[in-house]
Amino acid sequence: METTKSTSTKSKSTITAEFTIAYTQFLDAVGKPTQPLPKFATKPDELIRLYKLMVLTRTFDTKAISLQRTGKLGTYASSLGQEAVAVGVGAAMHADDIFAPAYREYGVQLQRGVKMQDILAFWGGDERGSDFANKHDFPMCVPIASQYLHAAGAAKAMQLQGQSRAVVAVGGDGSTSQGDFYEAVNVSGAWNLPIVFVVCNNQWAISVPLRSQTRCQTLAQKAIAGGIPGEQVDGNDLIAVRNAVANAIEKARNNGGPSLIEAITYRLHDHTTADDAGRYRDESEVKEAWQRDPILRLRNYLKDLKAWSDDQEQELLTTSKQQVDAAVADYLQAKPQPTTAILDYLYESVPEAYQDQYQQLSTTKRSA
Amino acid sequence: MAEITLVEAVNQALAYEMSQDKDVVVLGEDIGVNGGVFRATVDLIDKYGPERVIDTPLAESMIAGLTVGMAAQGLKPVAEFQFMGFIYPGFNQIVCHAARMRNRTRGRLSCPAVFRAPYGGGIHAPEHHSESTEALFAHIPGLRVVIPSTPARAYGLLLAAIREPDPVIFLEPKRIYRFVKQHVPDNGEALPLDRCFVLQEGNDVTLVTWGAMIKETLAAAKQLQAQGVSVEIIDVATVKPLDIETILASVEKTGRCVVVHEAAKTCAVGAEIAAQIAEKGLMDLHAPVQRVTGFDAVMPYFKLEKQYIPDEAKIIAAVQHTLEF
Ligand SMILES: Cc1ncc(C[n+]2csc(CCOP(=O)(O)OP(=O)(O)O)c2C)c(N)n1
Ligand SMILES: [Mg+2]
Repeated sequence: METTKSTSTKSKSTITAEFTIAYTQFLDAVGKPTQPLPKFATKPDELIRLYKLMVLTRTFDTKAISLQRTGKLGTYASSLGQEAVAVGVGAAMHADDIFAPAYREYGVQLQRGVKMQDILAFWGGDERGSDFANKHDFPMCVPIASQYLHAAGAAKAMQLQGQSRAVVAVGGDGSTSQGDFYEAVNVSGAWNLPIVFVVCNNQWAISVPLRSQTRCQTLAQKAIAGGIPGEQVDGNDLIAVRNAVANAIEKARNNGGPSLIEAITYRLHDHTTADDAGRYRDESEVKEAWQRDPILRLRNYLKDLKAWSDDQEQELLTTSKQQVDAAVADYLQAKPQPTTAILDYLYESVPEAYQDQYQQLSTTKRSA
Repeated sequence: MAEITLVEAVNQALAYEMSQDKDVVVLGEDIGVNGGVFRATVDLIDKYGPERVIDTPLAESMIAGLTVGMAAQGLKPVAEFQFMGFIYPGFNQIVCHAARMRNRTRGRLSCPAVFRAPYGGGIHAPEHHSESTEALFAHIPGLRVVIPSTPARAYGLLLAAIREPDPVIFLEPKRIYRFVKQHVPDNGEALPLDRCFVLQEGNDVTLVTWGAMIKETLAAAKQLQAQGVSVEIIDVATVKPLDIETILASVEKTGRCVVVHEAAKTCAVGAEIAAQIAEKGLMDLHAPVQRVTGFDAVMPYFKLEKQYIPDEAKIIAAVQHTLEF
C-alpha cells in the first residue's frame, strides 16, 4: 500500500466574509428620536395616518382572538406586537409592487385591498378569504418559507417583462432555516432580482427560540452568502421599518437588485390561538417585551410633538372598534359557499371525469 | 391503570422504547419543551434529555435527511413532522434516500427510521393541516405505511415500527387522537406490521378502512346491523405492504366489499385494494367493489370539510348498493 506524503503549500487566501450588519433605529423604546428622522417622518400627518393603521391592526387582532375564543373563528395567528413591521412594510410599498406574505402580516394587507372580513374568512375556514380585491398579491402562505420562492419567481417575471416593480416577501425568523429561504436568497442574488426579503424576527418559531434555530448573530447576515446586502432595523420602530423597506424597494424598482431586511420585534401573543406559550417561555420575557411596544412608542413621540392628544386617542379607539365591528358583522353574515365550491375552482372548468362527483356534491346537504 | 387516548398511546410507545433502547431518538419541530403541538412527545425531554429528544431548526428536508443519516449509522430515529401537510419538503429525502438506502447499497446500509405525522381532516384546522395523502407514500417501493386507529394499535404498531429494520411512514389520524380511551398495558408488546385487523366478523359485506374513518365505518356498521345486515370490518392498519390475503378471505365469505377512506378517490389505496380483489377474487363477488372516499378535490378549508369527509350515510348507501346489485 502506498502512502501519500502531504506537501505543505502556502495557501493564498481571499477575504470573502468580513462584514458588519447595520442596525437602524429612529425612535427609541420610549419614543425619543435617536437620530434625525427621514423625510416622510417629518410630517406628523403621515405618522398619524400610520399610527392609526397600527391601532386598527391591533383592534382587529384583539377582536379576532375573541371570535376564536367564542367559537366564531378557527385557529388565528396574532400579530400582536408586530404591528410596526407590517404597517411599515405596507406603507413602503407601491400599489403595483407585489406582496408575498406569510400569515400574520395583516398590517400590510389592510393597506393593499385586503379587507378585515377577508382575513377573518381565511381563518374562518372559507377559501373566499384569499379572493380579495388586490388582483396581484399572493394569498397568505402557511407552508413555511415557500413564499420566498414565489416572490423570486414573481420578481423574475417583472424583470423579464421589463416592469419596474418590486416584490416584497415577508417571513419569520424560523423560516430562515428552510431551504426555500436560502434558495430564494441565492437565486435573487444570482439574477439580481427586484425583490425585498423582510425577515420578521419575533424571536420565536412556535416554541423554538431563535438561539436554537441558528448560530448566526443576526439573520440579516444570511443575505451575505447570497451576495446581497442585509441589514437590521428595530422592527418596533415604524419609522425605521418603513425607511429601510422603502429604500430597498426603490433600489429594486430601479435595477439595483435584491435586499434583505431583518426587522427585530417580538411575538407578544401565543403562536396562534391553538398554542399555549406558557409551556415554553417565561412570562417575564413577555412583560419586558411590552416595554418596547411599537404603538406606545409612536404615540409617545406624537404626544411629545403635541400632535396627538388623549381625546384623539379615545376617538381613534372608538372608530377603530366600529370599523372592526362592521367587518365582523360582514364576516358573520356571509352566505356560506355552495358545496360545489369544493370542485368549482379546482380547474378552470370541471373535467368530464369528475362530473359524477360534481353531481354528488350538488346534492350533498350542508350539515350544521 | 388509567385509560389512554390514541395520542397518549403514541407517547407511551415512544417513552417505552426510549427506555429500552438508547439508540432511539426523537426529533422534530416543537417536540421538546413544548411536547409537540399535539403533545405526542410530552415529558420525553424530561425523561430522556435534549440529546435524545431533539428540537430541530425549522426545516423538514433537514429533518428527513438527518433521519436518514442517523438511521444509516446506528441510531433508530423517530422523526415527527408537525402535520402531514408539511412533510413534503422532506419528500425528496424520504423517496430518494430513506426508501432506497438498503436497495442501492445491496444491504450494506439501511434506514431503520420512523417518519411520524398527524394526518387527516375534521379538526377545524387551517389550510394545509387536514390532508390525507397516504397514497403518495404507499406508491413508493421500499417504504412501509402504517396507520393506527385505536390507542392499543397506536401503541403496538408504533413499537413495531420503531423496531422494524426498514423505514416506516407512521400516520396518526388526528381526528381520533382523543376520540376513545382504552386500557393499553405498557408492556412493550408490539403488534404485527403488514397485517390487517379484523375488527368484527360478519357474512353479508366486508367494510375495509383505516385511520379516522374507522369511526364512521363502525357507526355505519351498527346501523346496518340493526337493519339485519351482517357486517365484517377490517382495519387495514398497514396500507403498504398490503395484507390482501385477509381482505380476500373476507370477501370470499361475504361476496361484497366497500372500501372507505378519507383521501381523494383517484389512485388512492382504495383503488389498489379494489384492483387486487378484481385480480384475485373476482369470482367471489356478488357486486362490484364500492369505494366511499373523499372527493377528487383539494381538501377544502374547514367550513366545507364535513361535506368532503365521507359520512355514515354514504357508507350505508354504498353497502345497500352492493346488497341490491
Ligand atoms: C413547512 C412547514 N413546517 C411546519 C409548519 C408549522 N409551523 C407553523 S408556524 C411555525 C413556526 C414559524 O416560525 P417563524 O418562521 O418564526 O414565524 P412566526 O410564526 O414566528 O411568525 C411552524 C413550525 C408550517 N406551517 N410549514
Ligand atoms: Mg418567529
